[in-house]
Amino acid sequence: MALLQIAEPDMAGNPHQRNIAIGIDLGTTNSLVATVKSGEASVLVDHDGRKLIPSIVHYGTDETIVGNQAISFRVEDPANTIVSVKRFMGRSFSDLDSNITYPYKFIASGDSIQINTRNGAKNPVQISADLLKYLREIAVEAMGEEPTGVVITVPAYFDDAQRHATKQAGELAGLNVLRLLNEPTAAAIAYGLDSKNEGTFLVYDLGGGTFDVSILRLTKGVFEVLSVSGDTHLGGDDFDHRLFCHILEKCALSQLNDSDSTLLLMKAKSIKEQLTLSDRASFNVVLSCKKIVNFSITRHEFEEIMLKLVQKTLLPVKKALRDAKLDKDEINEIVMVGGSTRMLLVRQVIREFFNKEPLTSINPDEVVAIGASIQADVLVGNKKDDDWLLLDVTPLSLGVETMGGLVEKIIPRNSTLPIARAQDFTTYKDGQTAMTIHVLQGERELVKDCRSLAKFTLRGIPPMVAGQARIRITYQIDADGLLSVSAKEMVTGVSSSIEVKPSFGLNDGDIGKMLQESITNAGIDIEARLYQEAIVDANAILDSVEKALFADSDLLEELELSKINNSCLKLKIAIAKPVDNYRSSSESLKHLVEELNHVSSDFANIRMDRAINKAFSGKKVSDLE
Amino acid sequence: MAVSATETAATRVKTFLEKRGKGIGLRLGVKTSGCSGLAYKIEFVDAANEEDKLFESNGINIYVDAKSLQYLDGTVLDYTKEGVQEGFKFTNPNVKDECGCGESFTI
Repeated sequence: MALLQIAEPDMAGNPHQRNIAIGIDLGTTNSLVATVKSGEASVLVDHDGRKLIPSIVHYGTDETIVGNQAISFRVEDPANTIVSVKRFMGRSFSDLDSNITYPYKFIASGDSIQINTRNGAKNPVQISADLLKYLREIAVEAMGEEPTGVVITVPAYFDDAQRHATKQAGELAGLNVLRLLNEPTAAAIAYGLDSKNEGTFLVYDLGGGTFDVSILRLTKGVFEVLSVSGDTHLGGDDFDHRLFCHILEKCALSQLNDSDSTLLLMKAKSIKEQLTLSDRASFNVVLSCKKIVNFSITRHEFEEIMLKLVQKTLLPVKKALRDAKLDKDEINEIVMVGGSTRMLLVRQVIREFFNKEPLTSINPDEVVAIGASIQADVLVGNKKDDDWLLLDVTPLSLGVETMGGLVEKIIPRNSTLPIARAQDFTTYKDGQTAMTIHVLQGERELVKDCRSLAKFTLRGIPPMVAGQARIRITYQIDADGLLSVSAKEMVTGVSSSIEVKPSFGLNDGDIGKMLQESITNAGIDIEARLYQEAIVDANAILDSVEKALFADSDLLEELELSKINNSCLKLKIAIAKPVDNYRSSSESLKHLVEELNHVSSDFANIRMDRAINKAFSGKKVSDLE
Repeated sequence: MAVSATETAATRVKTFLEKRGKGIGLRLGVKTSGCSGLAYKIEFVDAANEEDKLFESNGINIYVDAKSLQYLDGTVLDYTKEGVQEGFKFTNPNVKDECGCGESFTI
């Protein structure tokens, strides 16, 4: 017999596969892609060694340019260079802020947003997909293989349309999107807060263009978003803009053209970043009108200018606390996310407000992507689930009825949700065009001992010889515990599906009872299963022999025919006989099947000869080549 | 009812557990699978389940869930080399028939 190796707990049956999981923080301003290697999460770099990929897509004359290389086109060709596409995801024209002017040529197509670019009309999903494709390439280059699965993060406040659009973009980019994860939850996971089991956390996410506050509660390893608040147009860009206005004022500049404005805005951004490390920063630039601008500022001056803006972030923080009906003392940890939380002033304002040191040890630009990759790693099955966040498990196995009233288990008990498992089945009768899928729950081997959850029929299977059709039955349970079962005929693609809530109507006592019964009845169950399998085998051979007799009985001598008929009859009687001992009944069925096989083997040979003769008769040898 | 491991198998299991850095023993089990009845499974154990039965054999802990034990009673686990392959082998007195690949059996 085959020699076996030891598997990780509950991982038996999954032979060594290399599962590459990636987490993507698809940000408004910047995006990142991370993965877990040898148990450690890290952000992947592009070929220039950069981790932060600007969420910019430039549609050029020859190619689509994404990320760092697209930055310069913001100045050169703003109409074909899309920034912050996340703001448009799942949105309609009427959702757009009329106070903001965009450099893009929008196309009026109903209420959906479309941007006319050099390469034709692009909707936000397509633009995001181009961004995601680039991130996928970074992952492929770094890992040497296509990622198996990906987790993409979205803001906690994203509605269904926005989440759906994000998922679509991922699929369009050729990614297997395992799940969308809320950004604050990802950040909390990156800090390992999920291992605490209990707690209330505030995630302060001040990014490039958006500010989000989320309060999460962790109970028994499951995160729940208690409240979200924020400002969709407050972030690093506003700090840059505030500084930009200050520079205009100080240097007495006005009436700048687009490219000069963009240039100065970039300089303002760089000053802001320098001031987190040094006490003073400065720059010199030459504008398009040949005017030279010299600017210098100290950190103290900078913080004075910014104080009002930073304090503005406390309003959403207070609102989130109010909505969650919490006092600021009840927050166990504050997680800082987003590049703008590097500003020392931001940390100081938060520290003073909560009277507590916020968590800042993980790079605030990377923390969301890192959390996403940790979750992706678990979802592709690289990590033992109970080492980590236990979301929910299936209390009982879920299976499907097969011939003879047997249950084939598809999702085993104690599987962590969400889960999807598929198995291929085939037809039992020649020309069978429909199949009833009976969804069952329980640990027992026979349908009658399990709980019936649902039944549906797949129709439109093309007529084929028994055993030729391939019908893939997929069981999928989402994170909310919703089971969807689908059946698909693999040749024609016809499919049918149903949704059920598997734990409906069962309490812990019922579940315990069902488990106990499966243990006490294990011996009799397996014998019953084997008996049923023998019945299925017997009926199958009877069916084929009878069909053969109907077609070609003229080939047989009287004596032979009566032997076969006699053997068939004995088998039929045995099938119909009531059972008092499964084991001996199985034995005698097997014996009779063998006998029928034996007496009909010559007949099968003669039939084969006839079929070949028929096929070749009247043909020349040359026709057969 | 009992299951056991040969000395060779037990030594191997100990080495594997040491290399792995964690784990309290070995789990032997059967799962009902596909067409041919039953298939063996063999896994590391980090934590025992409530319905597990524990057997000690040649210094290793072998955990078997109550349901699997019905089919594994009397089984001896061995470690052997066959050509270029080496691995664990079940000798199970309950087995009536084995399929060609040996991974699946009936009782």
